Amino acid sequence: MAVSAFEFEKPIAELEELLGALRAPEKRAEAEAQGIDLDEAIATLEGQLRQAMRQVYGHLTPWEKTLMARHKDRPYSLDMIRLIFDDYMEISGDRLCANDEAIVAGFAHLAGMPLAVTGQQKGRDLKERQRRNFGSARAEGFRKALRVAQLAARFGKPVVSFVDTAGAAADLRAEQHGVSEAIARNLAAFSVLPVPTVAVVIGEGGSGGAIALGVADRVLMLEHAIYSVIAPEGCAAILWHDKAKAAEAADALRLTAQSALDLGLIDEVVCEPLGGAHRDPAAAAAAVREALERHLAEISAMDRQELLDRRYRRLRSFGVFGAVAPGGDASAEGE
Amino acid sequence: MAAGWFGRRSKAKAMESVPEGIATKCGGCGEIVFAKDLDRNMQVCLKCGHHHRLSARARLAITVDEESFVEFDLDLAPGDPLTFPDYLAKQSAAEARSGLRDAMVTGVATIDGLPVSIGVADFAFMGGSMGSVVGEKVARAMERGVEKRLPVVIFSASGGARMQEGLVALMQMAKTSAAVARLQAAGLPFISVLTDPTTGGVFASYASLGDLILSEPGAIVGFAGRRVGNQDLGTHLPANFQTSEFQLEHGMVDRIVPRKDMRPTLAYLLSFLSPEETHGR
Repeated sequence: MAVSAFEFEKPIAELEELLGALRAPEKRAEAEAQGIDLDEAIATLEGQLRQAMRQVYGHLTPWEKTLMARHKDRPYSLDMIRLIFDDYMEISGDRLCANDEAIVAGFAHLAGMPLAVTGQQKGRDLKERQRRNFGSARAEGFRKALRVAQLAARFGKPVVSFVDTAGAAADLRAEQHGVSEAIARNLAAFSVLPVPTVAVVIGEGGSGGAIALGVADRVLMLEHAIYSVIAPEGCAAILWHDKAKAAEAADALRLTAQSALDLGLIDEVVCEPLGGAHRDPAAAAAAVREALERHLAEISAMDRQELLDRRYRRLRSFGVFGAVAPGGDASAEGE
Repeated sequence: MAAGWFGRRSKAKAMESVPEGIATKCGGCGEIVFAKDLDRNMQVCLKCGHHHRLSARARLAITVDEESFVEFDLDLAPGDPLTFPDYLAKQSAAEARSGLRDAMVTGVATIDGLPVSIGVADFAFMGGSMGSVVGEKVARAMERGVEKRLPVVIFSASGGARMQEGLVALMQMAKTSAAVARLQAAGLPFISVLTDPTTGGVFASYASLGDLILSEPGAIVGFAGRRVGNQDLGTHLPANFQTSEFQLEHGMVDRIVPRKDMRPTLAYLLSFLSPEETHGR
């Protein structure tokens, strides 16, 4: 079966193949002729499959999660937007020079509540991927996202961002148009945006291009999403001069949602349907929707100044360091 | 090994390991230059004008008024949030090499009599990379600006976010940028000085948020450090790609300032941006 394609999914794929074969209509006649209870056999196999899936997907390594986060059938931002919100109206352009389709932005309603939404969009087929630069935004994309966020803020509407990118574009045009400045500008501007904000890492949270949409009052991650300062392949190339050691690098980088939660850098891990979001995008979206509604209700109830102070204190709390007395030993310091 | 000695990377190492060397080969023109001449000329090659990297202490010495610098937060030392392979050993080696606990020195000083909150990065400590300590010191330098009503000047020299601190390092980009936003909202200026090299997560955060951005000539300044680039950057790259001159050409830098002119340039700009002279506040 195409759904289970990775090496670690092999036991699941085998069971699925077996089940698929047993469910074929001609098998029923065959089984009846031999006096076999096909329903019982199927039920047993289904039980085995569920158990195998819980075993495999409940214990994915950081590298296996990286593969899940990059799965070609994983729901992307526009899928999430379509499945979560009542409606969606896209807007375009940075009002400076271009419309970067690596980032989508617009307006939507969540259970009747108007808000602005933005996110990186990777693209399904080769043509769309090229048009969207594989979800790697240039300056124009980040500036479009900021434009919609600041417009929403002027009218008191919350902002929801979906993060899903291997990283920002690093080509000549990106550099010429100031991709670094655009990322930096978003970091600063989102830190003082005077409306409630939630960011959800739904797939790949790749470095600067990811955090450019990732500054928010609440940051959520899907169960098999990743968030990292550098791609494991790049880390392996630097550390061991060997891109093939990406799995070891993924371990070292602790790039899973569970690690990000343990490090206190995100607020919640949103459970995916068994086997990953791509097996049941509607269920994945429903889980995100529930979390979004809950968090937005909490932060929308807060006084705006209190909200901004909390957001700043949260950003200021990030960091692990010690204080060394001159000539003395390190001691832990709480921020 | 002759090849190693004359290679780009090995040469830098050789310079550091032989600080009392009489002569060195210039990274710009390849000429053999006397160390004494470099010392007398702020580590700028007399023959070709190549700007050699400076330590944080040396930078402070040529930038701020004599004996005006008061260091803050010198007790901050890096942790190891991910228990990342070899990180602690790298910290020790970097400390021995640079004489610093991490890659940023911060404090208050005066420049031509004008008080500033100042920070200076040191590339010799793990490539000037930004982990928790660098992020914290930059954020505190901004907050000190707000508290004491001082303009902030930061000299950056960094390969980007520190890989060994993973997502914690990435978050320093947001932390430092938020601190700049607060400084600017308080009506105080930030002058960002980009020195060789300023790339990656540092260039894509606070360093690009200066009200004014200056850079030394010939500095590597860009988003994706050339070592990181596993992306195809395209085949028709201009010769000055990812340099301070390229960034000036594309509107990302206000001025290229030769080292000898940096102090008077800062003094001029600071007098212009002095918060005491702000009207309508």
